[in-house]
Amino acid sequence: MHRFANPARFTRIADRVLPFAAGGAVLALALGFYLALFVSPADYQQGESVRIMYVHVPSAWMAMVIYVAIALASAVALIWRHPLADLAAKASSPIGAGFAFLTLVTGSLWGRPMWGTWWEWDGRLTSMLILFFLYLGHMALMNAFEDSQRGYRAASILALVGVVNIPIIKFSVDWWSTLHQPTSVMRLDGPTIHPSMLWPLLIVALGFKLYYLTVVLLRIKSELIAARLRALDLAMVKGS
Amino acid sequence: MVSGFLLVIARDLRLALRQRADAWLAVLFFVLTAALFPFGVGPEPNLLARIAPGIIWVVALLAVLLSLERLFLADFEDGSLEQLLLSPLPLELAVLAKVLAHWLTTGLPLIAAAPLLAVLFHMDLAGLGVLLLAMLLGTPTLSLVGAVGAALTLGARRGGVLIPLLVLPLYVPALIFGVGATDAALQGFAVRPHLLLLGAVLLVMLVVTPLAGAAALRQALE
Amino acid sequence: MEKVTAFFQMGGYAAFVWPSLGLTVAVMSGLLIATLRQLRGRQRRLAELEAAGAQRRRRAASPPAAPPGETREARP
Repeated sequence: MHRFANPARFTRIADRVLPFAAGGAVLALALGFYLALFVSPADYQQGESVRIMYVHVPSAWMAMVIYVAIALASAVALIWRHPLADLAAKASSPIGAGFAFLTLVTGSLWGRPMWGTWWEWDGRLTSMLILFFLYLGHMALMNAFEDSQRGYRAASILALVGVVNIPIIKFSVDWWSTLHQPTSVMRLDGPTIHPSMLWPLLIVALGFKLYYLTVVLLRIKSELIAARLRALDLAMVKGS
Repeated sequence: MVSGFLLVIARDLRLALRQRADAWLAVLFFVLTAALFPFGVGPEPNLLARIAPGIIWVVALLAVLLSLERLFLADFEDGSLEQLLLSPLPLELAVLAKVLAHWLTTGLPLIAAAPLLAVLFHMDLAGLGVLLLAMLLGTPTLSLVGAVGAALTLGARRGGVLIPLLVLPLYVPALIFGVGATDAALQGFAVRPHLLLLGAVLLVMLVVTPLAGAAALRQALE
Repeated sequence: MEKVTAFFQMGGYAAFVWPSLGLTVAVMSGLLIATLRQLRGRQRRLAELEAAGAQRRRRAASPPAAPPGETREARP
């Protein structure tokens, strides 16, 4: 496990993976957006507005996947005291918050022509709003301490509590939205999906995953250098 | 172990009794904030009656939030938290004892004050029993989850402002099921499923939060 | 040409489709650029510090020659 804890070794592996991840992300996103915009058909009910789905749905997937990734990294960090896991969790949460934000805004932009309002208290969007707040709390707690180690530790515990709570929140919000909105609400997942729509969706989603991998590796590298800078600064202060 | 548990509770209760103002403040905040709503939405009795359960719950949640910061802070600053860590009582149980004391001094007074708000909001008093029962099941969850937030922010910059950001999203299920139960009672629907879910949330939190709270305290004292 | 305008009109949903895509691209590239700039900045500072440290160590290795004022200059 601690084989990868060596920063030099990690940086070496990351530098080897990065070109493939970045190149793959560019390719998948280019192909995915091409298919989404030019090849896939307009929906017979929603018309061309269905193309928002190709960014909205993969963003929502990423927001959820990244929170789970943070929780896993947090568990590794707490159990094995693995320093890279801390950095991975720290590097991930701004990306996850970004995707949650995109989900909310694109959901609103999609909802406007479909529902006639900019915001509908629909179960999915509301859960995503709460997930966005969870991300903000994680980021705020991570940066709230003078001692970065304490920030890592506290944020890890918060992420684990959060991941236990997410299914409960999701269930309660679904329960609440079915109580208050009987039927007739257009849901933002499209009708049963046709392959001509599924493929672009999956390819964009793959592109988003590779984008996440690229950015998270870069951010971990950056954090490692920051830690080294802090150590050097400390040595300077002690030396002088 | 049991005696240690009771000792923690007794100590916190004694401290709370000595500073009665704190408990009163939470109740006062509860009533005062709720009393602002008629000014905001107008005094129309039907409207007030309809939104009463929601307002009572939201305001109770905020009142609990207000009292969270001092849950561990005084003990953290005067070093008694470290003694708690060294005592033979497992820290998880100590957290549970402190949460129980917190609930006895905040949650319980809020429940006692809830009927007053129900009357002020013209709520159909047939639903009062369910409202109180739901609060009895729901407010301990608020204290439990809040304790984790309070423990995590010990020694943080702007700890007091951070707690709401950490804790409020996690309060959503208790709020939904709590209001749901009362609304169902008022509209003549089945109350049981809401209360069962509220109880289930409490049970899960009863397991999760002492573990997380103890871990949070340990890292705060490291 | 008509086909192109029709494409950009998105069946009347242009005001919703294009901002969605644009914002997605903006947020994702913004995050990437911010990350890269932070990384470059830190790499530059590390290189400077290490160069300064190496210089200092070299000076320390050749003992009496350097006057005290000069060594202090080497530190940022």
